Amino acid sequence: MPSIVEVKHLKKYFNVPHGTLHAVDDVSFAMEKGSSLGVVGESGCGKSTLGRTIIHLLESTDGQIFFNGEDITRVSKAKLTKLREKMQIIFQDPFSSLNPRYTVADTIREPLILSRRFSSSEIDLETERIMEMVGLAKRLKLSYPHELDGGRRQRVGIARALALKPDFVVCDEPVSALDVSIQAQILNLIQDLQEEYGLSYLFITHDLSVVKHISDHIVVMYMGQMVEKSPTRELFRTPVHPYTKALLSAIPTIDIHNPIKRIPLAGEVMSPINPKAGCRFASRCPYATEKCSEAQELRELSPDHWVACWRAEELNPSLKLYSKEDVL
Amino acid sequence: MKIDDNNVLLSVRDLSVEYHAGGEIIKAVNGVSFDVLRGQTLGLVGETGAGKTTIAKSILRVLPEPPSKVTGGKIYLKGEDLFSLPEKQMRKIRGDVVSMVFQDPMTALNPVFTVGDQITEAVRHHSNLSKAKAMKRSVDMLEMVGIPAERYNEYPHQFSGGMKQRVVIAMALCCNPELLIADEPTTALDVTIQAQVLDMINNLKKERNTSMILITHDLGVVAGVCDTVGVVYAGEIVEFGTKEEIFDYPYHPYTRGLFGSIPKLDVEVRRLHAIPGMPPDPSNLPEGCCFHPRCEHATEECLCGKIQMTEIRPGHYCRCCHATELEVKHAIDC
Amino acid sequence: MFSGRSVNKMDPNEKKKESFLYITWHRLCKNRLAMVGLVIIVLMALIAIFAPYIMPYGYDEMDLVNAMKGPTKEHWFGTDDFGRDILSRIMYGGRYSLRIGILAVGFAAVVGVAIGAIAGYYGGAYDMTIMRILDVFQAVPGIILSIAVSATLGPGFTNCIIALAIGMVPAFARMERASILNIRRMDYLEAAISVNCRDFRIIVKHVLPNALSPIIVQATMSVATSILIAASLSFIGLGVQPPTPEWGAMLSAGRNYIRNYPHMVIFPGATIMLAVFSLNVLGDGLRDALDPKLKQ
Repeated sequence: MPSIVEVKHLKKYFNVPHGTLHAVDDVSFAMEKGSSLGVVGESGCGKSTLGRTIIHLLESTDGQIFFNGEDITRVSKAKLTKLREKMQIIFQDPFSSLNPRYTVADTIREPLILSRRFSSSEIDLETERIMEMVGLAKRLKLSYPHELDGGRRQRVGIARALALKPDFVVCDEPVSALDVSIQAQILNLIQDLQEEYGLSYLFITHDLSVVKHISDHIVVMYMGQMVEKSPTRELFRTPVHPYTKALLSAIPTIDIHNPIKRIPLAGEVMSPINPKAGCRFASRCPYATEKCSEAQELRELSPDHWVACWRAEELNPSLKLYSKEDVL
Repeated sequence: MKIDDNNVLLSVRDLSVEYHAGGEIIKAVNGVSFDVLRGQTLGLVGETGAGKTTIAKSILRVLPEPPSKVTGGKIYLKGEDLFSLPEKQMRKIRGDVVSMVFQDPMTALNPVFTVGDQITEAVRHHSNLSKAKAMKRSVDMLEMVGIPAERYNEYPHQFSGGMKQRVVIAMALCCNPELLIADEPTTALDVTIQAQVLDMINNLKKERNTSMILITHDLGVVAGVCDTVGVVYAGEIVEFGTKEEIFDYPYHPYTRGLFGSIPKLDVEVRRLHAIPGMPPDPSNLPEGCCFHPRCEHATEECLCGKIQMTEIRPGHYCRCCHATELEVKHAIDC
Repeated sequence: MFSGRSVNKMDPNEKKKESFLYITWHRLCKNRLAMVGLVIIVLMALIAIFAPYIMPYGYDEMDLVNAMKGPTKEHWFGTDDFGRDILSRIMYGGRYSLRIGILAVGFAAVVGVAIGAIAGYYGGAYDMTIMRILDVFQAVPGIILSIAVSATLGPGFTNCIIALAIGMVPAFARMERASILNIRRMDYLEAAISVNCRDFRIIVKHVLPNALSPIIVQATMSVATSILIAASLSFIGLGVQPPTPEWGAMLSAGRNYIRNYPHMVIFPGATIMLAVFSLNVLGDGLRDALDPKLKQ
């Protein structure tokens, strides 16, 4: 099955006063149409930058991006205009992602107007249809963002993203800023829309329980590097990379009778400015050795389970791993 | 529980607080009562706007007088009525007996003073220690929270979020308070840092037998740190009990709704059981039970006057007239 | 069936649609002082507009016999050194003073906002160049700059406006630039880009409407400043020339007679003071009303 989005060795660097910030450093993965890929990591890991680079809100520094098999790494303005109708984004902050002077209808209509595919009457009809699709009552058409609560505003953001029926949507922490009870409503909505319209999601979040609920596959990032990629169930059942293990152990669970044994991590996450070669987690990893300062390769240890750690097999002897030769 | 029972550190009785803004009366807290024992951690759980921070600030009496107004209730600290104390005595209590850690570590520290000086200032304010001794105390506190002594003279902007929060906690604990109020202390932090900070708070608490009120919306954090839990909704405590009671036998439909809304790590559900509708407008609260517009079990009875707390299991209180009719469910099954 | 539909009967968001204009007006109305200022300035404007029909005498109608008389029944504000009725001159003079203020500010705001918007939105070299040029202008104190320009261009109504405007452009530009830098951090700009908004549309529909609040406040208060500076220019012989009844010019003409005929200075001076005061309290009120963070 051809992938809807594929990135190969994608890099995004920023020039900052102290040097170069390696926000996204050599990330590669492929996503199937209709699936959800979760991207998890803590602040500064580059997940938001990754999402924005894929849909060209930021220009990549190196590497390739493919959409439906086509190389879209560098595109002309005209081509980008067409692409944008197919690749959209839902933002994290429902307060800053809506223009305070635009009514709900204005926000949803804008993509329709700009696409130039609709007449004025059609636009009105479409707007109402979209509002219904995301669960917004018609009477909110002329409401302003400040009159709505976080959950409703986020629905407006979702409506805007889905107005032109995209195929691929980057969800950048869409529920992090919402109350728990509203989070559940919006997550359900996002899932329902995916089923109904066959959407593919790149779901960026720091919340592991949310990502487990909504994703088919998960990519774990640390300081711009991709450390692990695996189908969701397998990641939670058998995490391989030491960072993934520590991350999963840190989640506060509500099962009070089975608390997770925490793997303590010393130190803090640094900002990847002018980083040294090799694994960036090494300075905090309990299993680090000299060899970790060499560039780590992302290797497929078992079907679709990729890890960037040269000690993966050694530290996980019980894992059913296979080598490339077995496949061939 | 008797108020003057030696084991009871803090006793809140029927606390009610209103805000007067723009001609509207916002009922932030409506008749809240709970006790905190020595060495115990109470978790106040609820969503934004439920009134938890208002409760905390009322204990410290740091609510700005207009627009807020305490319209009823009493707060007893070690048997003494806090509302009757003159401001001068309250100042002695704040920081010394009762201390607070605020939510956002980014804005809780003064950017123009070094972190060491900020802690020293707190120490000197509450004790007669000389400057040198106070500085030594600050250094000790910093080391206790895992910050090397060399960083005494650094400014807040040179620290990361997690470290700033630790400094704030060091400040809060420097005078050995008997009660620590922590308002969402780890919400702004990454998950691994959150784990570190919570562990640290736990250890410090055990060492010094500090009581704590932990305000949070994260039930996972409550599970890890608290002994008793109070679920807050629309300014009321709708369910109260020990952690085991609340997590093993949640009764109130809102509590169940909260558990149902969170994706659980070990259980897979196709769709989350979301609570329909929205939290109520505190300037326009519903009649009777505040939760009834969103409750699937609501009946006529739920609209009749203020619902009282009933003890449905020993030590486990619930503010719902239908609580006993609901089948038993565990938190992870919600 | 999506769980999204709200099912509760009591919906707190069912308020009537409130546009920004409506809310701002509403909030402004609650501020008594601002309303007083608004009423006064509107009255002054109306008086100025209808002056030819309501003033008791012509503004240049001389009556040398009754020159320099204090307030009487016939001349409520007295007469000046040529026997002209001061009240009529003040009423008519509003046409000059107020127009100078409004036109100068209008011009400065339009140019300032455009420059500031470009600097703030595009950043980089545009920003650097524009800001350094503005730095040069702002290095000279406003009133001195106006004097210098006025002296170069010569006296007169139009030149006065130009001089004032040039002095005010940098402040508007900086303010607009700051607003825009603030807005640039907002996600809704990125969202606009992601739905294929072109730069021009983004600036006009997304950036400017949100960056205008501080400009409105600044503009209101700048009208007050302009009136003062125009009066100052006239006072020193630049700007508007006699016999034009501009308030500052009247002050200037009367200054030689302060000791014996203070009314020639008091009335124009009080008028200027009243106008400036009203505009300032109105501006203050607008600032409060437009500030979304200020809960009322």
